[in-house]
Amino acid sequence: MGLQVELPLTPEAARQLHAGDEVELSGSVYTGRDQACARMVQMLQHGATLPVDLAGQLIYFVGPSPARPGQVVGSAGPTTSDRMNRYMPALLERGLRGFIGKGYLDRMVKETLVRYRGVYFGAIGRTGALLSLSIEEAKVIAFPELLSEAIHQMKLSQFPVVVLNDSHGGDLYAKVSAQAT
Amino acid sequence: MTPQGTLAAERALLPESGRGLPPPKTLRELLGLLFGSAPVLWRCDKGNGTERSGKQSTETKMRTIHVNRIRDSVAAMCKRANFELSADMRVALRTAAELETAPLARNTLLRILQNADVAQARELPMCQDTGLAVLFVEIGQEVRITGGTLRDAIDEGVRQGYTEGYLRASVSADPIRRGNTGDNTPAVIHTEVVAGNRLRLQMLAKGGGCENMSRFKMLTPADGREGITNFVVETATLAGPNACPPIVVGVGIGGTFEYSALLSKKSLLRPIGQRSSLAHVAALEDEILAKINASGIGPQGYGGKTTSLAVHIEAGACHVASLPVSVNIECHAHRHQETIL
Repeated sequence: MGLQVELPLTPEAARQLHAGDEVELSGSVYTGRDQACARMVQMLQHGATLPVDLAGQLIYFVGPSPARPGQVVGSAGPTTSDRMNRYMPALLERGLRGFIGKGYLDRMVKETLVRYRGVYFGAIGRTGALLSLSIEEAKVIAFPELLSEAIHQMKLSQFPVVVLNDSHGGDLYAKVSAQAT
Repeated sequence: MTPQGTLAAERALLPESGRGLPPPKTLRELLGLLFGSAPVLWRCDKGNGTERSGKQSTETKMRTIHVNRIRDSVAAMCKRANFELSADMRVALRTAAELETAPLARNTLLRILQNADVAQARELPMCQDTGLAVLFVEIGQEVRITGGTLRDAIDEGVRQGYTEGYLRASVSADPIRRGNTGDNTPAVIHTEVVAGNRLRLQMLAKGGGCENMSRFKMLTPADGREGITNFVVETATLAGPNACPPIVVGVGIGGTFEYSALLSKKSLLRPIGQRSSLAHVAALEDEILAKINASGIGPQGYGGKTTSLAVHIEAGACHVASLPVSVNIECHAHRHQETIL
């Protein structure tokens, strides 16, 4: 059982998290991945208002599989974060507190995370069935035409993650590769 | 899959024990020799009403197979691949969990196994990326497909399987304009005409995250074994956590530019951990696997002993000037299925 963390993640709570910590998140997140993130950054470039207020929020990089009738959501595990590298700095500048995904980030995103005291959480890739049991609500709130890539609002309940990059510059993957060499 | 031109060369690669036998007459016989230790590869489903006229596959009677049977088989494979972790993967992951001493590494592997239980019990896909359907089809030359085309039958099977199974549509019709076809079609289909009167369907539900970490390199003969090893280990290391380790590493060595890639994907169809029947290739598989696992990347990149569960190499004849190497990465869900009609 990991450390319990309520969302939205406050700056104080973010400060207490360190790379390698096992954490369970409860509360609201927005989903987004390739197409949704690209659109939001494009909207910012054109001075448009985003469909969701990202201030203090987390984005979960996920495109869930369809829910069966009566289910909240289908399988819903993380997708690879590095495809969103180019969009994250702009969204962090707009107040995004961090994101949930899996895999490496590029250096610029990691530096931006530290600058804005953000956190990168990792969920276990390819365990979307298990992770879906920690999602209490899911509804599409923007870009429905993107199907699974639409922006959903999800309510998480004790959603298991590991802190990959903390707000102090701690980096779990970097630590692992340093130990190996 | 294997062009006739490469058969002689592949025979030359046969282990010593195979060389004393009469030369194989058919691809099936050749593969029987190559994979003699793996009866599962040529297992035939029983009770499907198929009559064979004799022991030699070359003397088989003509058979007709209606497209509906192909469609239904594909639909069933799409669902099963996504809901049920295959037995070989389950054993490999369980074994790996017992080897790990770091709590985070062990817990991650146990969660992966728990995920498989949840998926199977609830008919939920193991992963939300339910994959692009890749079909390898071996068509016996005595088979006649009736009622429509093979392409339409497979795509209809994928459409039905993904729709009925509440599996995610993950295909963009146009790689530049993007978008989503909405039903996970079209499938990627590789066909090969073989001896006999059966139709063998092998399916991979190939996830995007691991596919993205795959690489190709045209080495030179001088790079040799060491060059191959370095390139494969480097590819697995660069993939790191992105490819959802523990990964299965498919390697195609030889052939041509495009054929090495096909060999790398085809190697993933082998049951996990089934080593190449060629001793020198099996030794290379072992050596590369040990080196990848020495990286310490571990399950999900959180550190540990299990970065890869298996390295599978398929080798093919190539130009005297060339040494193409393709590495196709597969995640720990490794969704593979087989049906023989």
